[in-house]
Amino acid sequence: MATTTNKKPVPWDPAEVKEELLKKYPPKVARKRAKQILINEALENETPEISANVRTIPGIISMRGCTYAGCKGVIMGPTRDIVNLVHGPIGCSFYAWLTRRNQTDAGTDGENYMTYCFSTDMQDQDIIFGGEKKLATAIQEAYDLFHPKSIAVFATCPVGLIGDDIHTVTKNMKEKFGDCNVYAFSCEGYKGVSQSAGHHIANNQVFRHIVGENDEVKPGKFKINLLGEYNIGGDGFEIDRILEKCGITTISTFSGNSTYDQFASAHTADLNAVMCHRSINYVADMLETKYGIPWIKVNFIGAQATAKSLRKIAEYFGDKELSETVEKVIAEEIPEVEAVSRDVRTRTEGKTAMMFLGGSRAHHYQELFNEMGMKTISAGYEFAHRDDYEGRHVIPNLKVDADSRNIEEIEVEADETRYKPRKSKEEMKALEDAGYKFKETLIIDDLNQYEAEKLVELMKPDIFCAGIKEKYSVQKLGVPMKQLHSYDSGGPYAGFKGAINFYKEIDRLVNSKVWSYMKAPWQENPQLSATYCWE
Amino acid sequence: MLLRHTPEKITERKSLTINPAKTCQPIGAMYASLGIQGCLPHSHGSQGCCAYHRSTLTRHYKEPVSASTSSFTEGASVFGGQANMLQSITNIFSVYDPEVIAVHTTCLSETIGDDLPQITKKAKTEGKIPEGKSVISASTPSYVGSHITGFSNMVKSMAMVAEQTGKKNRKVNIIPGWVEPADMEEIKRIVKTIGVESILFPDTSGVLNGPLSGEYAMFPKGGTTMDELRSTGDSIGTLALGEWCSADAARWLDKSCHVPCSVLDMPFGLMATDRFIDALRIIAGVTIPEEIVNERGQLVDMISDMHQYLYQRKVALVGDPDQLISMTEFLVSLDMHPVHIVTGTPGKKFEKRIREITKDMPYEVNVKAGGDMFLLHQWIKNEPVDLLIGNTYCKYIARDEDIPYVRWGFPILDRQGHQYFPTVGYKGGLRLLEKILGELMDRIDRDATEQKFELVL
Repeated sequence: MATTTNKKPVPWDPAEVKEELLKKYPPKVARKRAKQILINEALENETPEISANVRTIPGIISMRGCTYAGCKGVIMGPTRDIVNLVHGPIGCSFYAWLTRRNQTDAGTDGENYMTYCFSTDMQDQDIIFGGEKKLATAIQEAYDLFHPKSIAVFATCPVGLIGDDIHTVTKNMKEKFGDCNVYAFSCEGYKGVSQSAGHHIANNQVFRHIVGENDEVKPGKFKINLLGEYNIGGDGFEIDRILEKCGITTISTFSGNSTYDQFASAHTADLNAVMCHRSINYVADMLETKYGIPWIKVNFIGAQATAKSLRKIAEYFGDKELSETVEKVIAEEIPEVEAVSRDVRTRTEGKTAMMFLGGSRAHHYQELFNEMGMKTISAGYEFAHRDDYEGRHVIPNLKVDADSRNIEEIEVEADETRYKPRKSKEEMKALEDAGYKFKETLIIDDLNQYEAEKLVELMKPDIFCAGIKEKYSVQKLGVPMKQLHSYDSGGPYAGFKGAINFYKEIDRLVNSKVWSYMKAPWQENPQLSATYCWE
Repeated sequence: MLLRHTPEKITERKSLTINPAKTCQPIGAMYASLGIQGCLPHSHGSQGCCAYHRSTLTRHYKEPVSASTSSFTEGASVFGGQANMLQSITNIFSVYDPEVIAVHTTCLSETIGDDLPQITKKAKTEGKIPEGKSVISASTPSYVGSHITGFSNMVKSMAMVAEQTGKKNRKVNIIPGWVEPADMEEIKRIVKTIGVESILFPDTSGVLNGPLSGEYAMFPKGGTTMDELRSTGDSIGTLALGEWCSADAARWLDKSCHVPCSVLDMPFGLMATDRFIDALRIIAGVTIPEEIVNERGQLVDMISDMHQYLYQRKVALVGDPDQLISMTEFLVSLDMHPVHIVTGTPGKKFEKRIREITKDMPYEVNVKAGGDMFLLHQWIKNEPVDLLIGNTYCKYIARDEDIPYVRWGFPILDRQGHQYFPTVGYKGGLRLLEKILGELMDRIDRDATEQKFELVL
């Protein structure tokens, strides 16, 4: 085990930590941040009202990205047979090129554009004279080269500013081709306050342009859509393995290793199992309204959470045989997981973690840490909304501010012919989960670099989880940091096999010898001895 | 096959870039700014740009990269970003307290026409910039040039800090261009060994290759100081390494502060290093020390020892103009055959330079400025090569076509070493050769039949 020379257990009081975090800010910034930092304990774990999904403070080094990143990077990026064409200067497409570790598989049809990066590479003359012509030619060139089923166009900041009508261009191209669905996303980076707006825009357009395009009835008795699972590090492959073993058919995944046809057929499933609620809840809602497919929250992060989610799905279908298969699968898978967790726990029990992730993942990963006997002492989200912190019951009371108003809400009605309610309201109510609760003491929305550094310094966690930008400043302090956006080099962490991977990875990180090498021997014992003699 | 949809047949593309061999200006400006001591780079635009640039630089260096952003919302994009910029300046100096903020623009703030010098002036008059602290800025629209252009623009803004006291400081300004921190360190070592006093800018050594010691300093000790930048106006001359990366700054110093400049190629490989060393010798009026002469001899020695493995091997290269020019020259000097050369950065003079360097080769070189990796891959499909040199994204081509591959350039996201081991100078030449030979000889071993498998190569 690693020696922890410069680490003593730190007695900290959440109110003091909060005060310390706010101390250095100018008064206006401090007031705003105070509403985004919550002390949970006093309210007995009922998450109190938090200020979330609000503007990032200019000049403060935020973890957040932009709307384009949420739309192209997160939701549409992991699809494999759609040509994702970015309309803008080169950078936006370049940075979203293979960097999120979404795994894909070309499948039997052999189509996989994941490894490609497409851009109109707008130049100054396009900014001055407009880029619509260039976009149309680029779409044509992509069509001629690849003959894909579908081409998606993404707007970057200047596109909205110069007023390129990307929706008309794509509509015309779609009509011209006849055999290729072309549509566009107005996901300019400046919209909204974070990636979150981009998720919403992606959800809307996928629903508007793709879902419902294929009515063909797919084989399978228990058909679900897996929403909000992006196959980072192969998570989706592990979940697919488990579902298949249980006899559950996945009609579509939104959107890890997904295909155009999966989206097009999503309305033929009978249940939406929602993983990352923040990024995909809009599609879930719209599928329910238009086609009558109910949705439930599931969580395949953590072995117990996986078992629970499988049972929840089985309960939904109310089929005895399915329930038995699910129990059989759980019984088969759990022993190996528990053997590893028993071993790992001897080294991880009582250790502490901090997690600052996207919009749903901190809830998910606290399960895995619990399974290892580790306590999450502080957590928060980069781009969550209040309902992610406090539960969906707050949705009717959410204030719609100027930034949210700019994001289109599409009106969806029940489909005349295809609406088919699967469960009654009462049945669904019985299935409803109370939702996940944060059990941490200190909850912080839109954490920034300065606060992260302070938190680590004051609370000295054994591990810190966030993204690549935060990784090395935390590690410089001698605290291991695990990326839970793209998993560093690891994964899968979902499902049963994923839990095992995660236990081992966290064990490796918190117990690595490297954290004991921070000081050289002469720095630990700096006394000088004025002699060259060996005695 | 991971790039299974790339056809062998090359068709003209007017509007579609596939698998780019460049990225946008702001990241270059951010990298250059990190080479100023106590500097916080600031991205004036929506927060995604800053997040992407920080992520890419962090993945390349495995080091913290701090930078702030104006976090534009739709409102700022309509009404202008001045309020966001002013608020940023106040917040940055209160919370992070840097010596200097180096602001670069983005396509967003450029399209709406924000005027940074004017905003900075306003901040100054309103007392938002504390005494002794600075804000510098560069215009870096993403829709012009490439990451290299952005780097060059920020380096020029650094030069514009120069002051003239009327008294020369007996130093030589050296602008290394977009090279790795290890390269900047090596250039400083060479210059010091030769006995020339210099100001190197930007200098990311000690910033992006820092130690792990249990302490985190947001502003590490490395980097060119603002005082040094100010005194570049008093230097006796400027050596700019690389026409694309460094020349603009050098010419500005020449024109505005009468500091004469020479623009040289980046010192990669034997000949470009020879020219760099010779230029230092002439400027300082010194004899080149034995140590450097010896290093040169070692490089020549390795070339002669291993020539049989290099001779007429075909190479495909992709990267940035200054780097590729020196690398192509190096490959030619090794009697290798660089056949396909692509940079994403526009500029016809690049193609001209490459044609000059390869004019005596027994083949017509394929060269393109403003090209992309899709084209490079198609060229390779039409005329296969023995070696591929480029950034991490080349690994997909290398795997599909089964080509030995040396990672060199930006970004390198999947291997280590570029932060610590230079490829400039004679020593760097040795390392490049070691990497190239390692790949070529691993391939010989891999492909040899049992009969032909040899102990000694």
